[in-house]
Amino acid sequence: MRNTVNKPLLVYGSGFPTLLHKEIKRFYKVGFQTVAAPVLTAILYLMIFGHVLEGKEIYGRLSYTAFLIPGLVMMSVLQNAFANTSSSLIQSKVTGNLVFVLLAPFSHLEFYTAYVLAAVFRGVVVGMGVLVFTAWYAPPAFEYPLWILSFAFLGAAILGSMGLIAGIWADKYDQLAAFQNFIIMPATMLSGVFYSIHSLPVAWQTVSHFNPFFYMIDGFRYGFFGVSDMSPWTSLGIVTCFFVLVSVVALRLLQKGYKLRN
Amino acid sequence: MHAAISIKNISKNYGALQALDDISLSIEPGEFFGLLGPNGAGKTTLISILAGLVRADHGHASIMGADVQSHFREARRMLGVVPQELVFDPFFTVRETLQFQSGYFGIRNNDAWVNEIIAHLDLAGKADSNMRSLSGGMKRRVLVAQALVHRPPVIILDEPTAGVDVELRQSLWQFISRLNQDGHTIVLTTHYLEEAQALCQRIAMLKQGKIVALDSTENLLRQHGSIKKNGEAKVDLEDVFVNIMSGNAL
Repeated sequence: MRNTVNKPLLVYGSGFPTLLHKEIKRFYKVGFQTVAAPVLTAILYLMIFGHVLEGKEIYGRLSYTAFLIPGLVMMSVLQNAFANTSSSLIQSKVTGNLVFVLLAPFSHLEFYTAYVLAAVFRGVVVGMGVLVFTAWYAPPAFEYPLWILSFAFLGAAILGSMGLIAGIWADKYDQLAAFQNFIIMPATMLSGVFYSIHSLPVAWQTVSHFNPFFYMIDGFRYGFFGVSDMSPWTSLGIVTCFFVLVSVVALRLLQKGYKLRN
Repeated sequence: MHAAISIKNISKNYGALQALDDISLSIEPGEFFGLLGPNGAGKTTLISILAGLVRADHGHASIMGADVQSHFREARRMLGVVPQELVFDPFFTVRETLQFQSGYFGIRNNDAWVNEIIAHLDLAGKADSNMRSLSGGMKRRVLVAQALVHRPPVIILDEPTAGVDVELRQSLWQFISRLNQDGHTIVLTTHYLEEAQALCQRIAMLKQGKIVALDSTENLLRQHGSIKKNGEAKVDLEDVFVNIMSGNAL
C-alpha cells in the first residue's frame, strides 16, 4: 500500500455538491415511492374532486378543474419538499449513519443548503409530474411564469426547511409523523388548494390569512391565471418573510448542533 | 511540530453525570496509542469531542494543531474515525458510500485511492453491492475504508473488532499496523486487552471520566504487573487493567 501520510497535499474543495448529490440520489433510488406515488395521489384527487364539483366556476371564469390543478401541483411540491428533508434526517439519525455527515467538515450553511436544495428539487420534480399528468384535463394558461417559479421555489424551500427542523427535533418516526399529520397536512389542505377562500365564511377567511401556506398556493395560482384571492405582491412578501424565519431557525439549530452534536 | 492530538483540561457533563473530568493528554505523530477503560469510562465521549460530534463543556482539543471547534474544517480533514456501531446508509453500494464520503471532504477525482482502499480491505468483490447485503465483518471493513478515504494522518478506531471473527481481526490489525508504519497516528479503544498490549506503544486508562494511568505499555506492564507463583513476572495487560481499575495498583 502506498504511504498515505506524506503525499502531496490534497486539494480540498467544498463537500456541498456531494451532499446535494447524495440527497438527490437518495430519493431517486426509491423513485416509485418518492415521485410516482405522490403524482398518482394528486391525479386521484383531481379525478374525484374534479368530477364531484364539475360545473362549478371559480373567479367567475375558471372551471373547477382548471382552478384545482395548480393547487394540487403546489400541494405536492410542498408535501414532498417536507418529506425529503424530514425523512432523510430521521432515517439517518435512527440508523446512525448521520455520523458520516457530521464527521465531515461541513459548515451549518453548507449542510442547510444541500438538504434544502435537494428538497426543492424533489418538490419541483413531483410538481412537474403532477402538472404533466393533470394538465390535459384542463390545460393551464401559464400567464406569469416568473410568479409560478418564485412561489414554487420559495414554497419548497420553506417546507424543506421545516422538514429539516422537524427531522432535527424528532427522535423517532412517531414524533415526525405527528409533526407531518398535525401541522403540515392540515395547514396544506386548509390553504385553498381545493377552494377559493372567498367561498368560506368570514371567520374562516380570517383564519386562512394566518396560514402561510395559503399565500404560497394563492401566489402560485396567480402565476397560472393572473387572478387570485390576494395580491401576489402581498403573498410574496409574507412567503419571503416566512422563508427567512424558518431558515434562521433551521440554521440556528444546525449551528448549535441541537440534537445532532450531543 | 504539533501534537497529533492535544487535549487540554477537557470536561463534559451529561446532566448530573460527569463523563469527563479535566482530561489532559497529548499524543505524538506516528504513535499507536491505546485508550482503555471500562464501559462508561468516557472513552467514546472523548473520541466524540475530538471528532466534533460532541462539544466539551470546558477545555480545548486539537488535531495536528487545528482546534476541533474554531478550526473544525482543518481538524476534521486531519482525522478519520471508525465508529463503534455498525452504521451504514442502506441506499447505497460500497463504492458509492466511499465516493460520497470522499466528496464530503471536498476531494475530487479520488477514484484511484478509493479503489486502492477497496482492494486492500478485500472489498473488491462487494464494491458494487448494496450495503444492506454485506455481512457484519464486511460492513466493519467499509467503516474502516470510510475513515481512510480522505487520507487523514490521525485515525481513531473505537472498538473496531467488537463482534468480529478472528480472521478479520487479524487482517484488520495487519492493515492498521501497516498504516501506522506508514506514519499514521493510531488511537485505539478496545476491550480486547491482548490486542492493545500487542499493538499500542502507549496507553491511557480512563475510569469515571478521569485518566488513572498514562504510560508506555512497557512501563505499565513493568510497574503494575504482578508476580506469578513460580516467580515469573506476569506481563499481562489484563491484570494491569484490573489492578488499576480496582485501585489495587502495585
